Amino acid sequence: MGDKGIQIMGLRKRYGSGNTAVEALKKVDMHVAPGEVVGLIGPSGSGKTTLLKCLGAVIEPTAGKMILGDDVIYDDGWKVKDLRVLRRDRIGFVFQAPYLIPFLDVTDNVALLPMLAGVPNAEARKRARELFKALDVEHRAKVMPSQLSGGEQQRVAIARGLVNRPPVILADEPTAPLDSERAVAVIRILNDVAKKFETAIIVVTHDGIIIPAFRRIYHIRDGVTYEEAGEGREFA
Amino acid sequence: MISLAGRDILHAWGKFVFTGMGLGLLIGITLSMAGIYRGMVDDAKVLLDNSGADLWVVQKDTLGPYAEPSSIYDDIWRGIRGIPGVDQAANITYLTMQVSKKGGDVRVLVAGMTPGGPGIPGWPPYLVAGRQITRSHYEAVADITSGLKLGECIKLRRNHYTIVGLTRRMVSSNGDPMIFIPLKDAQEEQFLKDNDAIWAQRRRTAENPAFNRPGVPGLLGAIIASQSTNPYVNAILVRVKKGYDPEQVAESIRRWKRLTVYTRSQMEEIVVGKLIATAAKQIFMFLVILSLVSSAIVAFIIYTLTLGKIREIAVLKLIGTKNRTIVGLIMQQSIALGVIGFVVGKIAATLLMAPIFPKYVLLEPLDSVIGFIAVVVICILSSIVAIHAALKVDPAEAIGG
Repeated sequence: MGDKGIQIMGLRKRYGSGNTAVEALKKVDMHVAPGEVVGLIGPSGSGKTTLLKCLGAVIEPTAGKMILGDDVIYDDGWKVKDLRVLRRDRIGFVFQAPYLIPFLDVTDNVALLPMLAGVPNAEARKRARELFKALDVEHRAKVMPSQLSGGEQQRVAIARGLVNRPPVILADEPTAPLDSERAVAVIRILNDVAKKFETAIIVVTHDGIIIPAFRRIYHIRDGVTYEEAGEGREFA
Repeated sequence: MISLAGRDILHAWGKFVFTGMGLGLLIGITLSMAGIYRGMVDDAKVLLDNSGADLWVVQKDTLGPYAEPSSIYDDIWRGIRGIPGVDQAANITYLTMQVSKKGGDVRVLVAGMTPGGPGIPGWPPYLVAGRQITRSHYEAVADITSGLKLGECIKLRRNHYTIVGLTRRMVSSNGDPMIFIPLKDAQEEQFLKDNDAIWAQRRRTAENPAFNRPGVPGLLGAIIASQSTNPYVNAILVRVKKGYDPEQVAESIRRWKRLTVYTRSQMEEIVVGKLIATAAKQIFMFLVILSLVSSAIVAFIIYTLTLGKIREIAVLKLIGTKNRTIVGLIMQQSIALGVIGFVVGKIAATLLMAPIFPKYVLLEPLDSVIGFIAVVVICILSSIVAIHAALKVDPAEAIGG
């Protein structure tokens, strides 16, 4: 187990109280090392989304411990002052749909994050363009999101998740709206990105096409995670 | 940092511009209403300014001559002229009537002026065409908005008058154009009845034994003569000598002549505060209603625009955007909508509405500044509902589909 990436130990989340309480996460243990892409798989209602929201510092777990890089961010309570800054600087998000801001061009959609962190506009746009080169959407940098194909939009969304160089990326069914070919392309990109930028990536998915791509898979059922070795197939 | 509001507006500029234009027409009407109120006040002040008087001497205990009828003898001015501090004193009569002209009729305020020429209180201070009245009878000077032309002949009651001069901004407190005629003619117009009525009055007088005594020759003739003349005017306009306090001069006239005297500020208070008060209140109510309607429209538009961006707002919040930035996005859009609306409204009020309004519309720069500030404040307040909705958006909505 490495000392970077993200570690989760005994994470629990309960909604409500008394007779109506629901234990969405009962015992979650995970570790994703830098440069690694793991799958998180489970049926509907198993707790995937709740886990993603806890990892994304959007909702507060009930108990447990989370370590991001060298920092304990949660230990039976948040250990960071500003969750907004934590999300902005240390966690990247890739959503089921790209959710690009329709009134910003592709470059500014990505550059917005560093700009929000106080990076000068020119520097932020430079970072975005570097990522576009890596993700092969450089030629689409100046167009509006509505002019992109689904696959291009998802690549731009991945660039947005990466632009602040977060140690961890949470990808919520990133291939759901894509056909098989594009889904495979996206998972390949995530693998490349993880290696190139030393990023830990957790991919929540139902997509049987991409599941063989993971070397490790976490199954979640009834709020409990189980680790399993994956095929780690490399798609051509 | 880029302007999110600016980018959103540029992205959907058509929606913003057309919405702004719709709002602008409403703002234009609001500005025009304010302009109509200002026009009414200005009309009232112009009436006082153009009279050239410092004091108005009227019938005791009346608010004459504009807000109430007033009648005083036409020889009182001689005594007033002798009071210390009085520079000039001139009789004046006012009579509102409908005047026929080519192509219809027009409502006018007929003013009877004391002979003497320009400079005498009550005379139009300037002309835009023609000349001042030089003959003692049957000549008139008209305000250009009456539509009368030089040389045109009009009939006022029993007499015909030739328009010899045209003036401008000589209007009553209602905005009706004024026609100036000689005082004697005006007194006759106010008083003299038609021939049948005169004949009937003479017959009644002759049949009254008290007026037609056999032993008093000449009595009947004297009484009939007194009935056929009008020795009254509506007011005396007084100009005060330089260096004298108008209020002190007014007090002297009140004391020695037992008449009511108003200074300029008192007369302005009567005309603006009483004569047009109800109309002003109506316009104020319209202004309030239009402002509320504008606020509701802006609030609805901004709320709808914000609801259309809920998912984007959730994403922005999730990726670490400050609430302040999101508030700024909504508020700036609201203000931008207001600014577009104000510009359209100002242009519409100035170029489209004011010229075609039958009443004088005075669009003062200060009112525009106040209107602009009001629009911005209304837009800020109207965006509160949308801001509340945006701040309630849970960033978790971006996760989980």
